[in-house]
Amino acid sequence: MKRNVAIIGGGQTHHAARRHDVNQVEMVNEAVRAALLDARMTIDEIDAVLLGNMEFFEGTHMTDCWLVDGTGVYGKPGLKITTGGTVGATIVCAGAHHVASGLFDKVLCIGFEKQEEGDTGAILSGVAHPLYGRSMAGAALGYFAMMGTSYMATWGAKEEHSAMVAVKARQNARKNEYAHLKLDITIQDALNARMLAYPIRMLDMCPASNGACAMILADEKTAIDRCKKPVWIRAMDSAHNEQFELDWRDVTTTRPIFSKVSAARLYRKLGVKNPVEYFDVFEIYEPATWAELLWYEDLSICGPGEGFKLIEDGMTEIDGPIPVNPSGGVLSTNCIGASAMLRVWEAALQIRGDAGEHQVPKEVRRALTTAYGGTNWSVLIALSKSSDE
Amino acid sequence: MSERVAIVGVAQTKFSPKRADVNYAELAYEVIERVLADTGLQIEKDISNSISCSHDIWDGQTISNIGITDVIGGHLRNEEKMAMDGSTAVYYGTIGILSGEFDCTLLLAHTKMSQTNRNIVNNDAFDPIYTRMLGFDYTSAAALQAKRYMHVYGITEEQAASVVVKNLSNATRNPVTHNKGVFSIDDVLNAPIVAAPLRQMDIAPDTDGAVAIIMASEKRALEITDSPVWVRGMGTCYDAHYLGDRDLSECMALEKAAEQAYRMAGINNPRKEIDVIELGEEFSYQELLWLEGLGICEHGKGGMMIDSGVTAMDGDLPVNPSGGLLAGVPANVMGLNRVAEAALQIMGKADGHQINDVKTAVAQGHSGFCGQHHCVIVLGRN
Repeated sequence: MKRNVAIIGGGQTHHAARRHDVNQVEMVNEAVRAALLDARMTIDEIDAVLLGNMEFFEGTHMTDCWLVDGTGVYGKPGLKITTGGTVGATIVCAGAHHVASGLFDKVLCIGFEKQEEGDTGAILSGVAHPLYGRSMAGAALGYFAMMGTSYMATWGAKEEHSAMVAVKARQNARKNEYAHLKLDITIQDALNARMLAYPIRMLDMCPASNGACAMILADEKTAIDRCKKPVWIRAMDSAHNEQFELDWRDVTTTRPIFSKVSAARLYRKLGVKNPVEYFDVFEIYEPATWAELLWYEDLSICGPGEGFKLIEDGMTEIDGPIPVNPSGGVLSTNCIGASAMLRVWEAALQIRGDAGEHQVPKEVRRALTTAYGGTNWSVLIALSKSSDE
Repeated sequence: MSERVAIVGVAQTKFSPKRADVNYAELAYEVIERVLADTGLQIEKDISNSISCSHDIWDGQTISNIGITDVIGGHLRNEEKMAMDGSTAVYYGTIGILSGEFDCTLLLAHTKMSQTNRNIVNNDAFDPIYTRMLGFDYTSAAALQAKRYMHVYGITEEQAASVVVKNLSNATRNPVTHNKGVFSIDDVLNAPIVAAPLRQMDIAPDTDGAVAIIMASEKRALEITDSPVWVRGMGTCYDAHYLGDRDLSECMALEKAAEQAYRMAGINNPRKEIDVIELGEEFSYQELLWLEGLGICEHGKGGMMIDSGVTAMDGDLPVNPSGGLLAGVPANVMGLNRVAEAALQIMGKADGHQINDVKTAVAQGHSGFCGQHHCVIVLGRN
């Protein structure tokens, strides 16, 4: 990047299954106001506003146009991007590009979804190719069910390991005032939950949430002048697999996979040899429990087939040596267009030391975030307390 | 801009009311293959990222860029989808290159309007609480705008019809167009009324097609081509959503977007310094209104621009020599087609509709009904 870019503020809504008290405009505005307050800024100071949302989920075309009164983009430059579950992170990248270009100093990035206004499962089945895939499509659930069975059959993991991830997420969420599913559950509760599609039970899957996240990105001068604890965007990488390459996730595949390719590129950009030593906390996009175990492996936090041992040993707990998703993650809060941005914002809060009850009990200098979307897409972002290391 | 970014290649499909022979990925492949061949570039080796423009609701597929990931070179690489008019892909592509993250970017816009119903898609763009159930679509909203514009400034239906006559005649010289011919003002005024005062011939027709453009950093551009088209300025801006919150005879968002673009390009007198304009007249009157927004004439003087012949193919400032959107360009593709046609004019490659010695060209695109979001791109020769 030609200029260093920092996160100088952010905010989120209290995420929930029902938000009958607000429409989309009002809900997004809650996050925008929180971000402006956090950055001690007014909307008049913002140079451009970028919005991410998957408009088919709510059935409103061009939400960026409808939401102008809530986003604050009236009379300002702005754009809307849609890339699926990754979109919140894509918007952060787009914001970083805007600032790094030298044309903008302060950019407001927003991601949101109000899932109660549509049928996400049905609409997500519309991801599949209309001729070859749609008649068999099982939305996100079908994809992760196949991932889970493949993982267990290949590595000998048990449903208990999935349950451990489910419990970790919801127990962490209890420490996060904004999380949607703050559940005091046990492994037995997760194993007894209603079966959706083997091996995915109700508690193994993310909820359908309503919520928004907003962040303000700025150039180095603004960041140093205006922000006590800027968090720097050090590197970004995006990768997709084309749609027929991996219709579902066979964990033994030897073909190149978006997540591993993207991590390898990002680590090369930063000179990361050992991600466990380099990063102090991870905020990853896990729409289902099994995806978290695969992220451990794809990010080289552990070797292939070792992900379930990591959770078994408690390594990724909030107070473990490799904390993953102290916020409760996507398993606890999934407002799709905001989910990937929430990973970045939660990681930034950890670096600032402002995560409150879910602050990890060690020094956090660097963090890695991931996004998960499309059928096999990701955006990885590395954050740091320092602009140059 | 501290550094320069250029358009180095352009490809367009032939636009057609219905392309039943291809799906949208195959349509996209036609232009991507051609723009790569024309520039001699390879996706793996040369293209650092891709940006696509389309809409899930138009495509009838959630996250519809999944459908073009393979043909656009998104496999294991970076592709982002602007869910807006195609002009914004050029805007964001330029920003990506200026950021230093990328040095050569493939842009694509595609839509098959024949596969869906524009009235239903348009209606979904109205807020679901207060205005959607009124049955609005872009055409009925545009009719209100046309009425208001005509009422405030005395613009006549004949003046709007003259835009149709001019553009469909220009289109006869452009091989990619499908809606064209030599018509009289009476022909336009005798066409059936769709939403008064808009008649069938005042409205851009349903069209299938795609456009691809390759952009590059200054260093890469000079390696790739002898005739790069430089992005000299650009701007975007949003207006209010609700029609009642805007004076539809004005276009504040376009004025602001143009102001940003001209400032960046160092243009002080747009009327004198611009050689050709390709703008988005989804409806005939918009050509007159957008010329006012672009600062080419004063408020309310758009009608005089067409009456005086200034905007004709052989006029002092030709507008839409390509035939414009009335000649048939799909939704979402509209703005990228505007930029492509403006770039072709600067390259001297606008077959049949070339204007002599174009040094500075302006392209304009818009998203949302009655032009809620505008994007202005100023292009220039070396």
